[in-house]
Amino acid sequence: MRAPATARRRALTPWLFLAPALVYLLLFFGYPLVRNVVMSFQDYTFATYFTGEAPFNGLENWRAVFANELFAASLWRTLLFTAGSLAGQFGIGMALAVFFSRRFPLSGVMRSLLLLPWLIPMVVAGTVWRRVLDQETGVLNEALQALHLTSAAVPWLSSPDHALLSVVLVNIWIGIPFNMVILYGGLQEIPAELREAAVLDGAGPLRTFFSVTLPLLRPVVTVVLVLGFMSTVKILDLVLALTGGGPAHSTETLGTLTYQLSFLQLDFGQGAVVGNVLIIISMVFAALYLRANRGGGTR
Amino acid sequence: MSAVPNKAGSAASPPRGPAGRDRSPASTPRTPARWPRVTRRARGDAVSLVFGVLVLGFLLFPLYWMLNTALQPGAATADLPWFPRTIDFGNFQRAWESQAANLATSLLVALGAVAVCLTVATPAAYALARLRMRAANAVVFAILITQMVPGIVVANALYNAYVELGLVNSYAGLILADASLGLPFTIVLMRAFMVSIPEEVIEAGMIDGAGRLRVLLSIVLPMSRNALITGGLFTFLFAWSDFLFALTLNTTDAVKPVTLGIYEYIGAHVGDWGAVMAVAVLSSVPAAVLLVVAQKYVAAGISSGVGK
Repeated sequence: MRAPATARRRALTPWLFLAPALVYLLLFFGYPLVRNVVMSFQDYTFATYFTGEAPFNGLENWRAVFANELFAASLWRTLLFTAGSLAGQFGIGMALAVFFSRRFPLSGVMRSLLLLPWLIPMVVAGTVWRRVLDQETGVLNEALQALHLTSAAVPWLSSPDHALLSVVLVNIWIGIPFNMVILYGGLQEIPAELREAAVLDGAGPLRTFFSVTLPLLRPVVTVVLVLGFMSTVKILDLVLALTGGGPAHSTETLGTLTYQLSFLQLDFGQGAVVGNVLIIISMVFAALYLRANRGGGTR
Repeated sequence: MSAVPNKAGSAASPPRGPAGRDRSPASTPRTPARWPRVTRRARGDAVSLVFGVLVLGFLLFPLYWMLNTALQPGAATADLPWFPRTIDFGNFQRAWESQAANLATSLLVALGAVAVCLTVATPAAYALARLRMRAANAVVFAILITQMVPGIVVANALYNAYVELGLVNSYAGLILADASLGLPFTIVLMRAFMVSIPEEVIEAGMIDGAGRLRVLLSIVLPMSRNALITGGLFTFLFAWSDFLFALTLNTTDAVKPVTLGIYEYIGAHVGDWGAVMAVAVLSSVPAAVLLVVAQKYVAAGISSGVGK
């Protein structure tokens, strides 16, 4: 009976090729996911490193986190931060994608140069902007005052009233290239005839964009927004480099709060609770993403 | 062996070589040029060009300012000249003295992550693209889902596992963690590419008696060069940019990549903007180099939907 044996072996081969990657993904994504849920029910603190024990404490961490004023504020700020960032990144990214769809000399070179903000490490981008936004020596205030747009130097990062807005603006700057490139790619795939037909029917450029281009671009738009959402909602590097979550917690988001709780206060149980909330939010959008993908978007 | 289309492949995104992306749209038919049209077109081009330069100048200004600050002495003052009149490498010298070791660490960790990622991703992509398996779609789905796990959640659990395993403050630990940043993307990208390799080429190899592994190594791999480069490049960039794992998985200075270096540096030298900006320039070098040298791969990689 050689045939069934070879058949079985043939069925097994793909799994042998897949095994290293699957093990890897399970260890670095699956395990943390499960461990976080478990940790959120454990008294996992500084003491754990001495005793080696993390006794289960029921809903104690959850209660502590939800009673923490910072949590609700951070949740709200995370949503504000994400919505503001996405609106800005997408709006400007789309405008630039449409602009660069018109072929002109050097457009390709310019498009790739515009990628730089997205390619440099986020901590570096944050550091650079800290220099630009510095209240006393920053070039932005210098320029605004020279143009008489503001009378006094704006405390971009050092006032609780401005800091969140500043972080959103910097994150928009970082996200524009990604939005632009993917939307540009989507625009290239829309047959020119369709737009030409609309123009022949007497539609103006705006009408053509909103009634022909945008509907055809919808799958790409969904993917861009969902990917943008998922990378923005968990943001950490940028906030830490720009403001460290301050001043007076005014830029604290769920990402930085998790970091604060786990790695600064060494309460990993509470950190895990906030992490789980982040996962739940991401999962809601993951569901949206999948629905969009099933709707015909191939990317 | 019949030429039945690969089941997993038929549901994949349209095979697109990471290269020739920029080429196709240029060939859209134009109306035959007449003189008035040409001049109008030329004027439109000029307007677009000027507008493009303005946009570029506006968006890249912070990076210019980084360079400008790094190249001048006395950069802490507000009235810094808008152009470096006298170029001074003193800032770079100080930056290099404090960060050279960290830059080397970043390079080592990023290259290690690329090696790990490609080694693990290649056979997986091959299996998903080329070996008939029922679960292929489910596996790809699971791989896409991993992109939704926030990094801080991974770090939270990983740190505690690393403490137990003795991997905290180790190169191996950071390399393994950073490799995970590029792995899902690389698998999906390489799979989409391998699906597009003609079945006949692979069959020819099989007829010659090569096993699956031989076919992968000597036929599929050389043909997938572009996807391999793109995946490796992005894994390098992700690992080089990584700050979260560098911050959380290291408690001593034993393994300190430059992202962590600049973060600590700005805390300690907050007034010395010249030196801080010089560190920023140095840590942006890989991004700038890749953009110039491997531009088409970078564009192709982002187009295939990388979530950073």
